[in-house]
Amino acid sequence: MQAMNVVVCVKQIPDPAAPASLDESTHTLDRTGKLILDDSDSYGVEMALQLADTEAGDEVVLVSMAPNGEVSGLRTALAMGAAKALLVSDPVLAGTDALGTAKVLAAAIRRVEPDLVIAATESTDGYTGTLPVQVAEILGLPSVTFAKSISIDGSNVKVERQTEAGYDEVESPMPVVVTVTAGVVEPRYPSFKGIMAAKSKPVETLTVADLGLDASEVGVSGSRQEIVDVSEAESRSGGEIVVDEGDGADRIVAFLEQIKVI
Amino acid sequence: MVIASTDEHEMFRKTLRDLFAREIVPYIDDWERDRTFPAHELFPKLGAAGLLGLEYEKDYGGGEADHGFTLVAGEEMGRIDCGGVPMAIAVQMAMATPALAKFGSPELKEEYLAPAIRGEMVTSIAVTEPDAGSDVAGIRTRAVREGGDWIINGSKLYITNGTQADWLCLLARTSDEGGYRGMSMIVVPTALKGVEVSRKLDKLGMWSSDTAELSFSDVRVPVKNTIGEPDRGFQQQMVQFQAERLITVYRYIGSIDRALSRTREYLLERHAFGKPLLANQHIQFTLAELSARYDMLKHYAYTTAEAAARGEDVTRFATIGKLIGARLQREVADTCLQFYGGLGYMAENWTSRFYRDSRLDSIGAGADEVMLRILARMDGFSVS
Ligand SMILES: Cc1cc2nc3c(=O)[nH]c(=O)nc-3n(C[C@H](O)[C@H](O)[C@H](O)COP(=O)(O)OP(=O)(O)OC[C@H]3O[C@@H](n4cnc5c(N)ncnc54)[C@H](O)[C@@H]3O)c2cc1C
Ligand SMILES: Cc1cc2nc3c(=O)[nH]c(=O)nc-3n(C[C@H](O)[C@H](O)[C@H](O)COP(=O)(O)OP(=O)(O)OC[C@H]3O[C@@H](n4cnc5c(N)ncnc54)[C@H](O)[C@@H]3O)c2cc1C
Repeated sequence: MQAMNVVVCVKQIPDPAAPASLDESTHTLDRTGKLILDDSDSYGVEMALQLADTEAGDEVVLVSMAPNGEVSGLRTALAMGAAKALLVSDPVLAGTDALGTAKVLAAAIRRVEPDLVIAATESTDGYTGTLPVQVAEILGLPSVTFAKSISIDGSNVKVERQTEAGYDEVESPMPVVVTVTAGVVEPRYPSFKGIMAAKSKPVETLTVADLGLDASEVGVSGSRQEIVDVSEAESRSGGEIVVDEGDGADRIVAFLEQIKVI
Repeated sequence: MVIASTDEHEMFRKTLRDLFAREIVPYIDDWERDRTFPAHELFPKLGAAGLLGLEYEKDYGGGEADHGFTLVAGEEMGRIDCGGVPMAIAVQMAMATPALAKFGSPELKEEYLAPAIRGEMVTSIAVTEPDAGSDVAGIRTRAVREGGDWIINGSKLYITNGTQADWLCLLARTSDEGGYRGMSMIVVPTALKGVEVSRKLDKLGMWSSDTAELSFSDVRVPVKNTIGEPDRGFQQQMVQFQAERLITVYRYIGSIDRALSRTREYLLERHAFGKPLLANQHIQFTLAELSARYDMLKHYAYTTAEAAARGEDVTRFATIGKLIGARLQREVADTCLQFYGGLGYMAENWTSRFYRDSRLDSIGAGADEVMLRILARMDGFSVS
């Protein structure tokens, strides 16, 4: 079999551990500070690394769109073992919505001629869960969502697709876009050697023009989505504390029945 | 040069923090209760991350890392919620292996250093004996040459990782010269006939770390297992002690910082006399002063690390850092426990473990008085 190209879409996001802020006028997340690898994407990176047989020449290539030429998150994924990265960064991308992002990523992914494209089911910050299927649509590729495992079988992928009841076994020809759910594999830690090796791995930075896209398709002008208002989420109420006086189990059952969980 | 300041150092710090949070922290209570931890399960994971051979040669699986990574490693080890496991790791990376890495033959390094770096073999440093601790020159364990072998007889006491070790870096008398001469450092596989764990020792603290008394009766080890030059063991051990003291100092930086910040958080929440405990000026000033002294220690440790990174002799730095740091850590542990009140004294609370574990640092790796003895000589405060 020919060597395989596995693309992993990785989003670089503001560190969830540090308090984020919204831009007052656009209501979008402030992304000017240092960004990190979205935890959700570390599972996709791990899966890709497990699938790629580096001795056979398989390569894991990262694709990301992020502001200000940000590479910190990419370096983390490179330190885990990915071979190289494509970063799309361009001031005209400011304000790009999910569909615009999908167009950009699809154009970047196309350059790699992938056999398999992996993304997370949803990102930690934007959380729309729409991007990977949009990418698949633009590239004219099949997509399989909610994978808990992926294996390669000749020119097909076999995916165990999580459902509420268990999982479906799905098979698809490659190339294909597969989204993986968080927590299904244990992402490896970037080792000391991986970290040092990542320093010299290639990261190619591309602009919208490099991708042959028209600036009007992206950015604020290309966005069909506009955030008109944000409001504070209701703070959680305190809940009810039940002191167990021997009838704790019954009261829990009664409560669950009341909210129609059982 | 600003030590440990690159993105790579930060990334490695995160790797260690995540690794420890996943592979160590959830099990600490169990390991403390068991009075040991599964070194053969844990160490390969640490080895895979590169922790166990940071500065060692790549030829044997090391990273040839700059010394800043060792500083980062020590700090993060210090942040772990117990002293025992970090001590055991420190033995593997900086107490039992530095002499082998520096003075050992290629064959010996291939056979014993490489698997220690991978975490597949667990190691101990075996110097202390029932009748000789501070005064290393007093050791009595003997290795007598017979053909191509050493025949070893004697015993070693308080050996960390001693019930699980695959090999020991053993210091033994190999000639009758006495004093600081005539000692050799020998790699002794514990599977050999005549090596016994004579006792597993119970301790005030450091419960998750196993400590053993070992006995040696007619143990036959090839002479090629000698690290470096025969009869230069004492001098090599003095070099090895430097690495041990450095990592110890870096651990204080992590442990003290974590203790002070946890205590600050608790005292903000805990109310007495109608206000948070932290609203009392007495508590504020006590903690501010410890924080100030911590800051001085931290800068001292970083300066130490920078000197070590430049390849300078850091004996004085390591000695002062070890002494002052151990004492500060004990004082911090005592103060945090005090301000936590009854909860501070409870076994379930981190303060009591920190208090027990910290006590060792003024004794192990050279007692405070041994540090003072070295300093008194260096600074001209001694006559003999
Ligand atoms: C109004 C608005 C303004 C925006 N402004 C900007 C901006 O100024 N600059 C900017 O860079 N982005 C901007 N974005 C894009 C946004 O950050 C997301 O990349 C995009 O909307 C995808 O949405 P999501 O995070 O909900 O993706 P989801 O569909 O939840 O993501 C699923 C998976 O797709 C992949 N993925 C998603 N986004 C990316 C990405 N960017 N790179 C690589 N893989 C990805 C990841 O694997 C991710 O886990 C803006 C979005 C909106 C809606
Ligand atoms: C938990 C634990 C783990 C250990 N792990 C190891 C290990 O892995 N390998 C190993 O080889 N050893 C190990 N040790 C041994 C440790 O290094 C020694 O206990 C330490 O060096 C002190 O030696 P000693 O116990 O023989 O005390 P002694 O030498 O008997 O000294 C007793 C006390 O006398 C004082 N003192 C000593 N010399 C002087 C002086 N010149 N002037 C004034 N006061 C002095 C000090 O306060 C000292 O604490 C460990 C010890 C403990 C408790």
